[in-house]
Amino acid sequence: MTPFTQHTGIAVRLLIDNVDTDQIIPSYEMKTTGQSGLSDGLFAGWRYLDPAKRVPDPAFALNAPANQGATILIAGENFGCGSSREHAVWALAEFGIRCVVAVSFGEIFHGNCLRNSILPISLPREAITKLTATDAEPLRLSVDLPHQEISGEGADAFGFEIDPYGKRLLLEGLDPIGLTLKERPAIDAFHAADKARRSWVYR
Amino acid sequence: MSQTLFDKLWAIHRVGGETGGADLIAIDRTMLHERTGAAALKALASRGLGPIAPERVFAVMDHVVSFKEGRGKNESRAPGGDIFITETRAMAEAAGIHLIDSDDARQGIVHVIAPELGIVLPGVSIVCPDSHTCSLGAYGALAWGVGSSDAAHAIATGVIRIKKPQQMRVTLEGVLADGVSAKDVALALIAAYGAGGGARMAIEFDGPVVRNLSIEGRMTLCNMAVEFAAFTALIAPDDHVVESLKGRGFSPDTADWDAAAAHWQTLKTDPDAAFDKEIIFDVSAIAPMVTWGTSPEDAIAVSGKVPATANDRALDYMGLAQGQSLAEESIAGAFIGSCTNGRLSDLRQAAEVLRGRQVADGVQAVCVPGSKSVRRAAEAEGLDKIFRAAGFSWGAPGCAMCFYAGGETFAPEARVISSTNRNFEGRQGPGVRTHLASPATVAASAIAGHIADPRGYLAEAAAEPETEAARS
Repeated sequence: MTPFTQHTGIAVRLLIDNVDTDQIIPSYEMKTTGQSGLSDGLFAGWRYLDPAKRVPDPAFALNAPANQGATILIAGENFGCGSSREHAVWALAEFGIRCVVAVSFGEIFHGNCLRNSILPISLPREAITKLTATDAEPLRLSVDLPHQEISGEGADAFGFEIDPYGKRLLLEGLDPIGLTLKERPAIDAFHAADKARRSWVYR
Repeated sequence: MSQTLFDKLWAIHRVGGETGGADLIAIDRTMLHERTGAAALKALASRGLGPIAPERVFAVMDHVVSFKEGRGKNESRAPGGDIFITETRAMAEAAGIHLIDSDDARQGIVHVIAPELGIVLPGVSIVCPDSHTCSLGAYGALAWGVGSSDAAHAIATGVIRIKKPQQMRVTLEGVLADGVSAKDVALALIAAYGAGGGARMAIEFDGPVVRNLSIEGRMTLCNMAVEFAAFTALIAPDDHVVESLKGRGFSPDTADWDAAAAHWQTLKTDPDAAFDKEIIFDVSAIAPMVTWGTSPEDAIAVSGKVPATANDRALDYMGLAQGQSLAEESIAGAFIGSCTNGRLSDLRQAAEVLRGRQVADGVQAVCVPGSKSVRRAAEAEGLDKIFRAAGFSWGAPGCAMCFYAGGETFAPEARVISSTNRNFEGRQGPGVRTHLASPATVAASAIAGHIADPRGYLAEAAAEPETEAARS
C-alpha cells in the first residue's frame, strides 16, 4: 500500500448526510470481480446525467472545472453507510482520492479506507463548516497524519483522532495480512487451546 | 467483574492485542457471496495465499443469481453477473472451501441459510463481506460485516485485527400491537434516534419484547442494526435458539451437544454489567411503519404524513411534498423477500393479508423466498398458492430485487413498497422510489394499490375462519 504522511490537495464539497456506498459506486457499476476499473463508475448516479452514456452532470461538484484533480472529499454525517462493498473505496482510490473528511462514517467503509491508503478524518460539523467557509475555488486543504491535523489555506488547523492501528497502517503502508501472519504461532496456539474448549466449532 | 454478552464473546475470541488499539480476534466462520467474496478469494489467490481452515469458510451464491423459476446454474439477474458466479465457484473449489452453489438444495441468502445449516451458532465469531451479517447476532454470535480485504484477512490468518467497539443496550419494553412486527420496531427506533443513532456500537437488544419475539423476528431486528450505523447487534440466546439448532448440518453433533448447550447457557449479560449507552424504547404505541424518504430514518406510521422537516433532496427524489399523506400514494411495485424479511414467518404474515385477495391493477408484485429451504417450507403449507393466486410472482431464492445490479427492475419513478432494508436513491433501480415496510404492510399495499395499513386486512382475515378452512 502507498504510505500516507502529509498531503495537500483540492477538496470537493459533498456536504450531504448519509451518503451511502450505493451512491459512491452503484452495484450496476461493479462489472468485474477485481479491484480495478471502478473509477469510471464512481458516483455514477450523480456524476452523469445518463450513466450509460457517461454524460457528465455539470451541477455535480466533482465535475466542476476547478475541482479537477481533486484528492480530498468533504462530506456530512454517516458517510459511506450501507453496503460493505469495498469497491466504493477502490473506486475512490482509483479516482485519486486520498482523504475523506466527514462528521462520521459508516463503520465498514471506515475500515475499508484504512486498508486502502485512504485517510478517513472525523471532524465536528462546526469544524467542517469553518474549513469549507471560503470563496476560494478550488478549496485546498492540507493534512498532516503524523501530527493529526488538517487545515485550509490561511485558516485554523483542526486536530483529529485516529486509532493507533489505523494510523500505523496508513503511515507505514503496511500489508495487514503480512503483519498478522507474523503472529501465526500465537494464532495456532490459540486454536489448539480453543479446540479443547469448544470442539464443536472446529468440526 | 461483570461482563456484557459482547464482553464475553470478545474474551472468548481474543488471541492477543497490542497497546492502545486493536485486538486479534479469532474468526470461527467466514462466509462469502459471489458479489464481494469473489474479490476476497481473488486477492488471496493472487498472493498465493490459501485458507488457514478451509472447513470453516463457506461461499454462497445469492446476490446476482437470477430469481426466475428454473434458472440456469450460471444465470444472473445482472448483465455480466455470470462472471461473478463462475469465478467464485472456480476459486471456491480451488481453495477447498464449502461451496453452496446456485443449484444446491441448501442455497439461499447467506444470512438466511447460516442458521438453517447451523453455520451460525451461539458464541461463534462469524464475518462476511456483507453489511447485513449483523442479522446473525440474533443467535448470540459475534457476527459482523466486513470489507473484502478483511474477509481475505480472516480466511488467510484465522483472525481479524480490530479495536473493541463501544457498547449500547436497547431495551424494548411494552407490548407489540397486533399487526406490528420487528420490522416496524426497527424502523421506529431508527426514526427516533436517527440513522447514525447506533454509530460504531455493538448493540445488545434485550427486554420483554425481544424475549417474546420469534427468532426470525429477532433476526429482522438485528438485520436493521447496520441501518442504525451499528458495528453489529446481538441478542442473548435462549432455549428456543438452542432447540432450533439441533440436527442442522453444521451444528454440534450428539457427542458435543451437551457441552455446546452448556456453554451457550453462559452467553448472557451479567445483571450489573455496564454499557457505554443505554436506550429504553417502549414499543406499545408503534404502528405499522413505512419510509417516505431515502434513508431508513425517514420512517413514519403508515397513516402518517410526510414531516414538515423533510429535506428537499429526498422529497424531490421520492416525488412527495411535506405534509402529504402516504396513504394516498398509488404504487407500481411491491417486493417481499430479502435477508430482512424473506423468512417463513415473513411469508406467512404476508399470506395472511393476501389470502383470498387480489393485487390491484397496475401493481407488479414479486415474492422471492430468502432460501430454498424457506421456499420448500412455504410450498409445503400452500403459501405459494396464496401468493400466486393473489397475483404475486414466486421467485427462485436470492437477494433479488432488494438491490439493482443492472438488469430487470421497476421503471424509473415507479413507487415501490418493499420488505427490504434500504431506500437509498437508486437502490432498486435508477429513479425507483422505494418505501420500506413490513411484509404485511407490503402485502396490504399491493392489494390496495396504494400504501396501506395491514391491520384492517389482518382483522378481516381473523374474522373469517371459513376462508381459513377453504385454504386447506
